[in-house]
Amino acid sequence: MSAPDARTEVLARVRAALATTGAATRPGPGPGGGASAGPLPHDDGPGTDGHVPADLRDPHAPGPVPREYRRADRSAPVTPGRLDLFVERLEDYRARVVRVDEGGLRAALVAELRDAGPVAVPPGLPGPWVQALQEEGLELLVDHPDRPLTPAQLDGAGAVLTAARVGIAETGTVVLDAEPDQGRRVLTLLPDRHVCVVLAAQVVADVPTAVDLLGEHPERPMTWISGPSATSDIELVRVEGVHGPRDLRVLVVEA
Amino acid sequence: MSVDLGMPGVRSQPAATPHDPLRWGPSFPDAARGTLANTQMRANLRHATHTIRDKRLAVTAELPDWEALRDAGSAIKADVMARLPELLERLEESVTARGGVVHWARDAAEANRIITDLVRAAGAREVVKIKSMATQETGLNEHLEAEGIEAAETDLAELIVQLAGDQSSHILVPAIHRNREEIREIFTERMGDAPEGLTSEPRDLAMAARAHLRARFLRADVAISGANLAIADTGTVAVVESEGNGRMCLTLPRTLITLMGIEKVLPSFADLEVFLQLLPRSSTGERMNPYTSMWTGVTPGDGPQEFHLVLLDNGRTKALADEVGRSALHCIRCSACLNVCPVYERTSGHAYGSVYPGPIGAILTPQLLGLGEAHGAGSHDVTATLPFASSLCGACYDACPVKIDIPSALVHLREKGVHADAHPSLTPMGAGMAVAAAAMTSGTRFRWATRLLTLAGRVIPGTRIRRLPFPGSLWTRSRDLPVPPTQTFQDWFASRERDAGRGTGEGA
Ligand code: SF4
Repeated sequence: MSAPDARTEVLARVRAALATTGAATRPGPGPGGGASAGPLPHDDGPGTDGHVPADLRDPHAPGPVPREYRRADRSAPVTPGRLDLFVERLEDYRARVVRVDEGGLRAALVAELRDAGPVAVPPGLPGPWVQALQEEGLELLVDHPDRPLTPAQLDGAGAVLTAARVGIAETGTVVLDAEPDQGRRVLTLLPDRHVCVVLAAQVVADVPTAVDLLGEHPERPMTWISGPSATSDIELVRVEGVHGPRDLRVLVVEA
Repeated sequence: MSVDLGMPGVRSQPAATPHDPLRWGPSFPDAARGTLANTQMRANLRHATHTIRDKRLAVTAELPDWEALRDAGSAIKADVMARLPELLERLEESVTARGGVVHWARDAAEANRIITDLVRAAGAREVVKIKSMATQETGLNEHLEAEGIEAAETDLAELIVQLAGDQSSHILVPAIHRNREEIREIFTERMGDAPEGLTSEPRDLAMAARAHLRARFLRADVAISGANLAIADTGTVAVVESEGNGRMCLTLPRTLITLMGIEKVLPSFADLEVFLQLLPRSSTGERMNPYTSMWTGVTPGDGPQEFHLVLLDNGRTKALADEVGRSALHCIRCSACLNVCPVYERTSGHAYGSVYPGPIGAILTPQLLGLGEAHGAGSHDVTATLPFASSLCGACYDACPVKIDIPSALVHLREKGVHADAHPSLTPMGAGMAVAAAAMTSGTRFRWATRLLTLAGRVIPGTRIRRLPFPGSLWTRSRDLPVPPTQTFQDWFASRERDAGRGTGEGA
């Protein structure tokens, strides 16, 4: 446990710092938020001795947060344009993308996984997907909650197949929130190929819409994935696949 | 190019290991003298800063609402500072409710002690680390080593820096002062398990690092991370990265220890929508970085089953007490200001003598240390000279995703430093300006100079502005000593050196 005196002292220092500068002039939205409340600088008339004209006032002074940035309508149905953008942005970050309709999913799954070796799967993957792979004779490593795969087993898997929680068109991002159709975070980390199925209806336009949706369950562990693992640490030359999967394949399923 | 005498071929940059990560090496003007002479480093840096800068401009231009996002980011940060006590308590409550343990550290030594005890309690003798400015700031690795605990950096650049015994030279690409040949040599000599015949191809080097680190990830019991942000309402912590080493550290070990500066807290989950747009685009120039991990306390059966969040002050409350300087705490460590800074590009990160280089370092480091407090004498003290490591061209402000007015803060700190200094000879000013002035262009200079002069005059009420201290003095100086636009910074600096002593007392 932490020493209680450090906590008290740090908080006291923060309060003292705010009090000396009288900066906490704007109470926070919470009840009684903010520390002391000196007179608002804005209340002083122009030319008052020791005060600053409006255009020279501290631009960092607290005030209401303007949220003028774009936010798409969350309930707006997915458009072909949005899907196109999602695919284009994924490909731009060197993910492999396959667009299929529901009828074509089965064949696509098999095609993307057939040559991979053992395939790790989360416990709650949709039944038909699992069946498709089994019928094709692929070796599946199921991550049961009561019999979790070991890191060594996962390290030995050739690929992992998961669903997703949300796709973000503007950034080419897939977000996993560790639900049973996506599995524990480690599942999508150790195998070298990640095949991820995103349904068209899961693709939102922008980051604010995605955050809004994910905010319904902020407690879930989340992994935002935008392209395969990459580094530019050596002379800024991009190298894909340092530690995470080197091969990211996204199957976009249109209804 | 290796050296005989049985000595290792790889030489650390800088040569001596600093004992204070926030303040090592000589003062900025002295250090700049050395780094300016290193042409390899300067060439690497120029290439890096220009490439990242161009990428950033391309992806920020893609968003029609980029300025609105910056306004929101700036306002959220100002709000956070004003409500910091309340938000920190809230964060503690949320993390605790989800099975995490929150610790508080007044300074670097306390943070290091807390973390060492936690590692010991977990029974570990080695830990894996994901790049963290905060642990660099506290000198955690050195501390752990002294305590018999081996800390392995897992970010490729950090691994290079660690193996070479270097200091980072850039927030985002810490090993940018090394080229591929040097890195091959560092790996071959120091990694222990570098493959035979390792080439200097970046892919080969990266794969050598992958193989080297994978075994360590799989056996590690404890990971230590930094945090890009934490949400007070929910207790959610986020790490933004590219390589996947962060995911490894945040997922595989049983125990996770996260060190975070108190200023990194954000009020609500919805604030992610602003910072997850601002940060990747400003930092690596990507629409989104490859991986962002978020976790909230402990999730049974998924990831670390023990989570410790260490909240660090270490001078942040000193900065907070300064109404102008406080804005340095808004920084989200994107490094955009480094990549646009003409002084940084020419002098390199090492000249700043701190884990926080560049324009943000010039305002953050002196404040964390306590401006004007006893850190050595006058012009040779980093806290006094760093605020002069800038030409006030304003490019950093334009690039900053949270609109930190770095030029104004610099001017303010210059005033403050000069006044707090017992020697009003203004030597720090003279020394610092000598390095910084070269990159200025008259148009932007005038814009900032007029505005900043007014600001500087007001921040210390009752201060009598003597015959145009700064930046007014720079005007006069540049008229006396015109810098032809074609002259290189190096040439100019050399001529200034020959001219040493002249004009340094100007402005008094
Ligand atoms: S000061 Fe602004 S531009 Fe510089 S690193 Fe911090 S957030 Fe980025």
